[in-house]
Parts: sequence; C-alpha cells; structure tokens
Amino acid sequence: MPELERHSFDVLVIGAGGAGLRAAIEAREHGLRVAVLCKSLFGKAHTVMAEGGIAAAMGNANESDNWQVHFRDTMRGGKFLNNWRMAELHAQEAPQRVWELETYGALFDRTKDGRISQRNFGGHEYPRLAHVGDRTGLELIRTLQQKIVSLQQEDFKEFGDYEARLRVFQEFTVTDLVKDGDRIAGSFGYWRESGRFVLFEAPAVILATGGIGKSFKVTSNSWEYTGDGHALAMRAGASLINMEFIQFHPTGMVWPPSVKGILVTESVRGDGGVLRNSDGKRFMFDYIPEVFKDKYADNEEEADRWYTDQAGNRRPPELLPRDEVARAINSEVKANRGSPHGGVFLDVSTRLPAEEIRRRLPSMHHQFKELADVDITAQPMEVGPTCHYVMGGVEVDPDTGSSSVPGLYAAGEVSGGMHGSNRLGGNSLSDLLVFGRRAGAGAAEYVRAMTERPTVSEDLVGEARATALAPFQQEGGENPYTLHMELQQSMNDLVGIIRKAGEMQEALQRLEKLKERARSLTVEGHQQFNPGWHLALDLRNMLLVSECVAKAALLRTESRGGHTRDDHPSMDAEWRRKLLVCKAEGDGATVTEKPQIPIRHDLLDLFDRTELEKYLTSEELS
Amino acid sequence: MSYQGKFRVWRGDDSGGGLEDFTVEVNEGEVVLDIIHRLQATQAPDLAVRWNCKAGKCGSCSAEINGRPRLLCMTRMSIFQESETITVTPMRTFPIIRDLVTNVSFNYTKAREVPSFAPPKDLAPGEYRMQQVDVERSQEFRKCIECFLCQNTCHVVRDHEENKEAFSGPRFLMRVAELEMHPLDTADRVDQAQDEHGLGLCNITKCCSEVCPEHIHITDNALIPMKERVADRKYDPIVWLGNKLFRRS
Ligand SMILES: Cc1cc2nc3c(=O)[nH]c(=O)nc-3n(C[C@H](O)[C@H](O)[C@H](O)COP(=O)(O)OP(=O)(O)OC[C@H]3O[C@@H](n4cnc5c(N)ncnc54)[C@H](O)[C@@H]3O)c2cc1C
Ligand code: SF4
Ligand code: SF4
Ligand code: FES
Repeated sequence: MPELERHSFDVLVIGAGGAGLRAAIEAREHGLRVAVLCKSLFGKAHTVMAEGGIAAAMGNANESDNWQVHFRDTMRGGKFLNNWRMAELHAQEAPQRVWELETYGALFDRTKDGRISQRNFGGHEYPRLAHVGDRTGLELIRTLQQKIVSLQQEDFKEFGDYEARLRVFQEFTVTDLVKDGDRIAGSFGYWRESGRFVLFEAPAVILATGGIGKSFKVTSNSWEYTGDGHALAMRAGASLINMEFIQFHPTGMVWPPSVKGILVTESVRGDGGVLRNSDGKRFMFDYIPEVFKDKYADNEEEADRWYTDQAGNRRPPELLPRDEVARAINSEVKANRGSPHGGVFLDVSTRLPAEEIRRRLPSMHHQFKELADVDITAQPMEVGPTCHYVMGGVEVDPDTGSSSVPGLYAAGEVSGGMHGSNRLGGNSLSDLLVFGRRAGAGAAEYVRAMTERPTVSEDLVGEARATALAPFQQEGGENPYTLHMELQQSMNDLVGIIRKAGEMQEALQRLEKLKERARSLTVEGHQQFNPGWHLALDLRNMLLVSECVAKAALLRTESRGGHTRDDHPSMDAEWRRKLLVCKAEGDGATVTEKPQIPIRHDLLDLFDRTELEKYLTSEELS
Repeated sequence: MSYQGKFRVWRGDDSGGGLEDFTVEVNEGEVVLDIIHRLQATQAPDLAVRWNCKAGKCGSCSAEINGRPRLLCMTRMSIFQESETITVTPMRTFPIIRDLVTNVSFNYTKAREVPSFAPPKDLAPGEYRMQQVDVERSQEFRKCIECFLCQNTCHVVRDHEENKEAFSGPRFLMRVAELEMHPLDTADRVDQAQDEHGLGLCNITKCCSEVCPEHIHITDNALIPMKERVADRKYDPIVWLGNKLFRRS
C-alpha cells in the first residue's frame, strides 16, 4: 500500500463554486491557512453555468427597491417556509457582496449613469439582478478565482510561496469526513487523476458542494451534483432540512434528446419572452394562483405595458415564481397542447429585435443555434421543466453557517433554509456570497477560539480507505452506470414534479433494492482517472440523499413551492410551521418533524395582514 | 435516424498509448461528448474524459477532433458523414494524464503570473462608475471559458516546449489586455506584457482566434492593440511592418 499523503490546514473548504471560494477568501483574510478541495478543475464548478444574474437590492434600476422589499419577495417565493433570519441577512448584505466583487475586478453590465445594471426576474418586484449578459455565473466564478490568485500573489510576496496560506486541490474528491469524538477533525478523499488517497487534518470543514440534481434523469445539473456534501454531513451526524423541496426550472431544452434538461435562462422571460401552447395561446394567464392575483396581470395588454411602466401595471404571469410556471407547463403538455417534442413554446423572436436578442441573450442564442439548429431571433424555442436546484440542505445557524456538528459548516446550495420551499431566480448567487462569507468567518472564529486541536485516529482512516476501495474488491457485480440510470429514472418518474403517495412508496421500495445492488458494484480498470469508480462512490451519496427526498416528500401531505402533491393539492398553514429533518441511521435515512422557528415580529410587520392570512394560521396571527 | 458510427479514440497515459477503434451508436442531435459517454457506459467504463456543463459554458471538454481543437460538447455529430471515421485525441500541447485528459497546470501557473486587478484606492465599494461602452472591451475577453484551446493551438508553444517558460499564451496575454483596458485598473501593464509574458513572440497568425469557441477576437482586439501600445514605447518589427502595410493599402 503506498504511503498516505497527508496535509494539515486550519480550514478545509470542500467546493470551489461561489460559496466555497467566498468562504475561502474570508477565512484566509482572517489570517488562517485554508485549503479548497474540488472535484473539477479550478474555475469549472457549477456556479460557472449560472446565467441570469445575482439578486441584490441596490436600487440602481428602481430607487424604491431596498432590503425589505427583497426580503418580502424571498419569503413569498419560498411560501413563508424560509428561515427568516437567513432571508433577512441575505437581503441586507447582498448589495455589499456584489459591490465587493467590483473591487475584485468584476465587470457587470452598466446603467446609463454608470452604475450596475439590474434586470427583471420571476418573483422579484423590481429589476434586481446584476448581470453580465447571460453569463453572470462565469463572471462570478472568474472574479472570485482571480481574487484567490491575488491573495496568493500577496502571500508570494510575503513568504515566497504562492500557496503559503491558500491552496487549491483540484480534481480531488472527498469521500468521508473524519471526526475526533463529536468534533470535526478533517476529511479523506482521493485524487481523481491518480486515485491516490489523501488525508486532510483540519479542525474546521466548510461544505460548499452544491446540489443533488444528478439523481434525476432530466436535469440542468452536471455530473458534480451527486449530493456529496449532503451525504457527508449526514454521515458526520448533521441534519438536513427541507429535502422534499426540489426546484424544477420551467424552461429546460427538450430537443434534441441529448441536450434535454439543459437550462434556458429565465432572463428570456425577464426580457420579454412569452410562453405559448400549440394553439398559440399565452397560457400563463390561466394559471395565476389566488395568492398572487393582485400582483400579476390577467390580460396581455397590461402585461405588455408593464415592461415599460412598472408602477402603473401588474407583472406578466410568465414571471410568476418558478414552481408555478413549471406546473403550468406540465399541465399544458398533459392536456395535449404541447410542442412537438413534449414541451411548450418560449418565444422572444416576436418580442424583441434580433439585434437586441443577440446582445441581451448571447449565450442562449449560441446554445440553441449550436445544439438545436434553432435561431431564437427568428423562431420560438421548445422548453419544458428540468430538475434544477435543491432547496433542502444542511441545517445551519444563519449567522455563522455552523451545523449541529462542532467544526462543520455549510454554505450555498448544500445548505438549507434560506429559500424555504422555492428559490427565486438570482437568489442563489447572492446566497453563495452572503453565506459563503459568513461561513468563512464562522469557521475562522471557531478555529481561533479552540484551545486543543482534534486528532485523527488511524482506524477511521483505514475504514475510509476500505470503503473507497470496495468496488474494486468485488467481482461479477453490476456496472455503476446501469444503477445510476435506474436511479435517475425512478426519481424522475416517481418523486418528480407532481407527486403521489403510492408512487413515492414505490420509489422507496426501488431505492431499497438499488441500495442492496449497490453493495456489490464492480468496477473495471484501476484507480487512475477512472470514471466508473468515481460514479460507484458517488452513487452511495445519491442513494442516501434520494432516500431523504422521497421520505420527506411522502410525509409532507400538502403542496407548497417545489413540492406538489397530486393527492394533497393545497397549501396547509399548519404545515408551514413544520420542518422535516433528515438524519442518517445505519445506511439509510430517518425523517422527523420539527417546529419551524416563528418569524420575528418586526419582520412580520413588513407584510400586510391580508397577505399573511394566506400563509399563517390564525393562532400565529393573533 | 440512428446509425453505427466509427470512432478512433486515443487511449493511454504518460508512458504511451495509441488509437483504439470503436463502433458506437449515434442518434439524431447528438454531440461527440454523447458518444464518448456512450462508450463509457457500454464499452470502456474507465475511459477518461473531462466535462461539466455539456453546454459550452465551462471549458472542460477540450480535445482534438479529426485533428482540430474543439469542445467535445459543442461538436455536433451532424457535421460529419455517417461513413466517416471520427478521430478523437487529447490536446497536444499539454502533457497526457490519461486518455483524453491532459495536465493543464501550465495555464494555472501562467494565470498566477499576471498581476491582479489593481483597484482605485479612492473609491469605496459601491462607488464604481463605468460606462457600458468602456467596459465592453474587457467584457469581451471575460467571456473566456478557459478551455485553453487557444493555448493548445498557438504555434509558439505547440510542439515548442522550450517557449513555455517565456510565453504566457494567447489566453493570458489577453488577460493582461483585459486589465489594461479595464476603465478603473490603476496598474501599467504594457511593459510587462512584452517583457514578462512574451507578447513579442506572437506573430499575429490568428490561429488562436480561429479555435476560440467563444468567438473572442483574441488577436484583433487584445493582442494587436497591446502590441500597438508596446510599439508606442518600443520597436516591434511586426507591428512596424503591419503599420507600414496598412498605410500603403
Ligand atoms: C444552468 C444553471 C443556471 C443557473 N442560473 C442561476 C442564476 O442566474 N442565478 C442564480 O442565482 N442561480 C442560478 N443557478 C443556481 C446556482 O448557479 C447554483 O445554485 C450555485 O452556483 C451553487 O453554488 P455552490 O457554490 O453552492 O456550488 P457549486 O458552484 O456547484 O460548487 C460545488 C463545488 O463543490 C465541489 N464538490 C462537490 N462534491 C465534492 C466532493 N465530494 N469533494 C470535493 N469537492 C466536491 C465541486 O467540485 C464544486 O467545486 C443556476 C444553476 C444552473 C445549473
Ligand atoms: S495570434 Fe499570436 S497568440 Fe494567437 S496563435 Fe498566433 S502567435 Fe499565437
Ligand atoms: S480565449 Fe477562447 S479559446 Fe482561449 S481559453 Fe478562452 S475561451 Fe478558450
Ligand atoms: S462540458 Fe462544459 S464546455 Fe463542454
């Protein structure tokens, strides 16, 4: 057995997306030695794919915007299930976090007076999304990456070593967290390139691993989204909340089959694009729910006027929160009013001049032309719902990002609570920065205050190694690709956008069988850059997380945000007061109810009573 | 609609390797990356390839297809004849790790050598004011997805290991230009480009611009203007010649 590679740091950040990089910058600026670990190359994390923008109430496009309005929109979008403290911090701090990016070198699109331009997005009352065309995520990740480089350059000047205080380990997968008693002591994983194992000793670990979409067949997510951080946290003893809430983005590509699921940014609608069915009808007017009737236009004339006069008109219903639009599209397709390939039409070609489309939506123009032979300046796109974002995640302390396990922190998509039952577009990128920074500071303070460092037991390291090597030891077992496809199909069909008790029970039975079969997976070849082996290890995480999703979804007998029950179609104020908490037990998950923390009074006062009556119980209102 | 396509894929590692033949199903609308994935799932589970977004946004899946540097996820199968054998090889300029995966650390090293954005000292966060027309030049360069295809293509380093030390390559020369053209950057980057990043080695062949999947005008908009700025201070025969030719025509 080759010698185990070992490193020691103050803080480990697992994940190099927006949340991880912002956390790493913060911890390093607190003077600590930080390592960032990520599965892909540096700069390729999922955040790079974000398109539309980053939400922050800077008030550049409309002066009436402020954090209170943003807070209200976020709570409404999440159907009031959000952790209100997170929603509050997020709305208050997002502008600072965006402005700070400019000091790192970001170049956002500008307003006429030279400030950061802001665009409309679903569920946001005012134009609020700072953006760079439709490649905002690329700008965000490159900017943070370049800030990390600049900190490394400072360290080079000071210590003659770029990596003296901040080091990135790229193409490295963490398979287990290691504890000393009840505290975090480090993590264990392998270099994807060589398959060699590494032990990182560190008293604090920040999870910033993103989402879980690869458990679903139709998804906008990449191979990285196997729920690793969710599963790592559970196995370390932390709890997850809100796992039943999965966002199906209304507009993914549906044709050709090989690109099915790839995202079509919401900016298409924010900039004037409309949804039509096979009869050419703008069907969204038929799907405005009661709670939103006073905010959304019920006729085309008013909706169209809104783009130029927002004060005097209600918003077009194409800009309802994502869960509403996704369900509407689903219903139109089911009623046989869909497009030829099972979606609906999204048209911007008749709404904006071709030149304007190319300027505002360059990467959509490119994507459709290259991948589907569709020119969006001349033709409508075909779109349908795609699994996009998980609202659920590690239960954290809002102010510090700390989980219930000492030394374990989480930020970004892997954490839960901020978005409640449904996330508004643009609220993720801002979430990454606000809570990435907070988790970085939280972890730094935890390490500073520590008197005695944890140590790692060799037994645990041996166990982690044995688990990781198991797929090579077995012969005659199944191919991980087959299992993965079956898992994706089951989750898509049985725990997808519209759910029923019987189907979810069926899903849970299938998951049990898949778990059984996963124990005897066999991989060919050796440890060096072996995707079959990588998938075999990721499957363990996907199965655990899928079990949480299915179990929580089965328990929640109401429909809210990213959880729609065919057998319980309405929202139930009693359920708003309950969170479903997932914990690991054996090789499975248990789900229990927990009371939601009541919303602070001054925050409740930001809403009209009539609005609150739609969400809260009479007991809470009295 | 589907057919059996013929593929030759380079397999091996730093100790050597060669092209292996495969016959794989190809369906309507697919890209080369779909075929590589089908190979992994059905015939070669340990075939190494990098990818993430599958939509041309992350720049992970760079390789050479029939000798041309391309993104695997943005190369439609429909541009080839059904009877054609399609050869997929790793990028040539970087050391092989395994199969289609190369060691691109050269690029990260070069990135670290470009001094970072130097913000104006007198402006607090939130006080930055810039006009759209002024940020657009640098924004074009910031579209870069770091696929490193331009780095792979540039003849200064392709098959010229000895130049790697002195030459940052089009991607990072463009990064210098991006900062130089940033309306609020306070550093002077002109001499640096020439003396430390090897701008003088570029002879504006535009091969880099031709392979850029983001269609960035690397040579015209970044490299030539930088050379002109250098020429204002120093003598560069190529710019001198270019200016002369231009004036004559
Ligand atoms: C196509 C698309 C468009 C989007 N557009 C927008 C938008 O316009 N606005 C918006 O606000 N949001 C948008 N989102 C959502 C948003 O991009 C994501 O929620 C967000 O980027 C997640 O960031 P993160 O930092 O949490 O994780 P990521 O950026 O996903 O990073 C996760 C990191 O964790 C690493 N990792 C994971 N597991 C391991 C492991 N086991 N070991 C080591 N490393 C690991 C990965 O390698 C990666 O570096 C979009 C999402 C998609 C898919
Ligand atoms: S233009 Fe310059 S950088 Fe680009 S390929 Fe030619 S020599 Fe290389
Ligand atoms: S400039 Fe173009 S070719 Fe070069 S790395 Fe960037 S995107 Fe790739
Ligand atoms: S996979 Fe992202 S560019 Fe090809």
